Amino acid sequence: MSVESVFPKLEQLLPRVSKPIQYVGGELGAVVKDWDATIVRWALMYPDAYEVGLPNQGVQILYEVLNEQPDVLAERTYAVWPDLEALMKENGVPQFTVDAHRPVKAFDVLGLSFATELGYTNMLSALDLAGIPLDSAERTEDHPIVLAGGHASFNPEPIADFIDAAVLGDGEEAVLEITGIIREWKAEGCPGGRDELLLRLARTESIYVPRFYDVDYLSDGRIQRVVPNRPDVPFRVNKRTTMDLDAWPYPKKPLVPLAETVHERYAVEIFRGCTRGCRFCQAGMITRPVRERSITTVGQMVKEGLEFSGFSEVGLLSLSSADHSEIGDMCSGLAEQYADTNVSLSLPSTRVDAFNIDLAQELSRNGRRTGLTFAPEGGSERIRKVINKMVTEEDLIRTVVTAYSNGWRQVKLYFMCGLPTETDEDVLQIGRMAHEVIRAGRAAAGTKDIRCTVSIGGFVPKPHTPFQWAPMERPEVIDNRLRLLKQEINSDRSLGRAIGYRYHDGEPSLIEGLLSRGDRRVGKVIRRVWDKGGRFDGWSEHFSYTRWVEACAEVLPDFGVDLDWYTTREREQLEVLPWDHLDSGLDKDWLWQDWQDSMSEYEQDDCRWTPCFDCGVCPSMDTEIQIGPTGKKLLPLTPIGGLRVPTSAHTH
Amino acid sequence: MPIAFSQGFTPHPKISYASAAPTGVGSEAEYLEIGLQAPVDPGQLQVALDAALSPGLDILDAVIAPEGSGSLADRIDASRWLIELPQVEPEVADRAVQAFLAAPEVPVERLTKQGMRSFDARNPVAFFAVTKESDAPSGANAAPCAIIDLVVRQVTPAVRPDDVLSGLRVVAGLEPPVPPRVTRLAQGSLTPQGEIVDPLDADREGAPIGGR
Repeated sequence: MSVESVFPKLEQLLPRVSKPIQYVGGELGAVVKDWDATIVRWALMYPDAYEVGLPNQGVQILYEVLNEQPDVLAERTYAVWPDLEALMKENGVPQFTVDAHRPVKAFDVLGLSFATELGYTNMLSALDLAGIPLDSAERTEDHPIVLAGGHASFNPEPIADFIDAAVLGDGEEAVLEITGIIREWKAEGCPGGRDELLLRLARTESIYVPRFYDVDYLSDGRIQRVVPNRPDVPFRVNKRTTMDLDAWPYPKKPLVPLAETVHERYAVEIFRGCTRGCRFCQAGMITRPVRERSITTVGQMVKEGLEFSGFSEVGLLSLSSADHSEIGDMCSGLAEQYADTNVSLSLPSTRVDAFNIDLAQELSRNGRRTGLTFAPEGGSERIRKVINKMVTEEDLIRTVVTAYSNGWRQVKLYFMCGLPTETDEDVLQIGRMAHEVIRAGRAAAGTKDIRCTVSIGGFVPKPHTPFQWAPMERPEVIDNRLRLLKQEINSDRSLGRAIGYRYHDGEPSLIEGLLSRGDRRVGKVIRRVWDKGGRFDGWSEHFSYTRWVEACAEVLPDFGVDLDWYTTREREQLEVLPWDHLDSGLDKDWLWQDWQDSMSEYEQDDCRWTPCFDCGVCPSMDTEIQIGPTGKKLLPLTPIGGLRVPTSAHTH
Repeated sequence: MPIAFSQGFTPHPKISYASAAPTGVGSEAEYLEIGLQAPVDPGQLQVALDAALSPGLDILDAVIAPEGSGSLADRIDASRWLIELPQVEPEVADRAVQAFLAAPEVPVERLTKQGMRSFDARNPVAFFAVTKESDAPSGANAAPCAIIDLVVRQVTPAVRPDDVLSGLRVVAGLEPPVPPRVTRLAQGSLTPQGEIVDPLDADREGAPIGGR
């Protein structure tokens, strides 16, 4: 049965919506395959607007990995803005893919990548527009398997009612294994229907199917236990780890958007995982161990990616790029390679040390020194010990001053507010530090023409981190601290003028906290908020704190809990956490010890340079640290230039 | 392609579009000039660009702009547009067009980046008629559909097909029930006979001087 494009109907709506180009597809790198020539068909969704979703690395990687399979088809779908959503409903146009404008409901799998929990309401809109029942229990063989991935899927319990399955960890091999299971099940004539397929997925022990697990609660609202409700599924579900990144050099053919997007560059992951051990950082905890991509593979990817795409910017991405064992040679080699071109290189690293400046200097040989970013994360030395961000105030000021004396005029400093044990004093210290940075910077650079921007994010405790037990601070306390900090910065007018100040209010963070550490009962809140019009919760112009608070007040009392219970309450050691049956490899006892160490301001080293401290990941996941140096140098690559014809840009 | 870049702090590729069609409008005649660092065979350039462009964006031809031949914009002073008005009876459209043509001027308003602007939509219109064929556009069955042939001179501020359609509302109260479909068919210099001369003609080998 072939599937018709919804484009003729959609096209008539496009003149009536904002930024219609985001819905037309046709990007360089997009793949359109013959529906009937394929067996397993994936719709991949990034549940946010196209401008945010298109550059997402995870989706681009899986899109390419899947489409390389001859009998597999993968297309992309994004959240449509409320203006188009209303018109689609009015005119009976279903949620569609941008590649061939096929209805999402016709696919075998709808794979959603959740980088943040704030995309949950957008998932419900997409399901609703697609004509897929929101409640997974109501779906039949006519509906796709709704599959969640991305960092938020390490606790998918709040969306357990809406998804059929979740994958924890790296997706490259997971999507191929799932494809194989679906291919085989279809070849056998779909025996046992949807239930059998989900069971086959669950039996891999690394795909979580929420419906096969029951949650029991204690009378005080805490979870008693989470156990399988059938004998043939595992008690715990493991995360995936892609080893040997050199064997997975994706994206090779990056998507080049037609509409404007948040990042327009060729991004290469130079390593995955991080063992710096920042206690607030979920990414650093759940992506262990560190696996580097070698300097030669990175060089080759940059060359081919630029030739294919024509991008003029390259981002060398990772959780802490300056930590790559070959980063010095990589930066100087690439800078050399692209010295006489219009290609600019960037290293979005946030390490606070002089080495970082050396690297930035290499990458800005052509003299463009626009801005440098450092992330001390905490204002006082005390709080930095609590979060395990090991940098002294002296180091920090010396580093920033070095940047100013080397020609940088603008430095950005990232901090968090609302960290465990934080006091007003810890936050005020950010202001005093910024003053000192400007004072010392002016002296060193010999000019008053330097600036520093202080950017503050709200701390949200995340599952699978040492702070998973931590109480959140109340929004009004956060907002007051942010006000005090502003006063502190402006207490010296001369210095204050050189300091920019950006921050987020405490309220959205509290809701992110609810969704991050929520359990299945929170699903009812999400549903209520969506019913009342909640969409695009990551966008301040769409987010409504009141709507979330009201939905919590309407739904949660029936369960004997409330919003505070999920957010500002500190958990005890023996409490069963909603995600305890989902295995990130981290030993819960180790996490607890690290939480205790945090409160006694005791720091933890990095296992790349000191002996293993038994976080548990490598032995339980059968993985190991993969780092260089390989000793190789970047090969002399053919210089960019001359006429060239891109290969197989589109398949029509 | 060895594209040339502008000088300065943030170099941009040297590409200039001559009066690009507005968003939401189809086009069969868009023109652009590209600056290159080195000579490239136009045929090869066409193939290379076509391979990288989205489906539906096709490079039909490329020529070398000789030194001193002036800018592309100098060779374009008018556009021909095809306007389809689904669910509008051709006779109704015809009466509106006649009223438009009979008016000495047709003031219309459009929201621009500078705010609401008011200008005359009548004067730049060189040709305006409902075509005789009553073919319904593809996809629409048996429903009426007026088809309009429109030639508009390029002036400042630009008068676009939607401005001319606003003019139909002003002079005859014509309000299409569904969004009109507009396609640019040609751009170039307008001859006294009302023909539009392809701006690339002058640079094509063996092209007669003064257009076809």
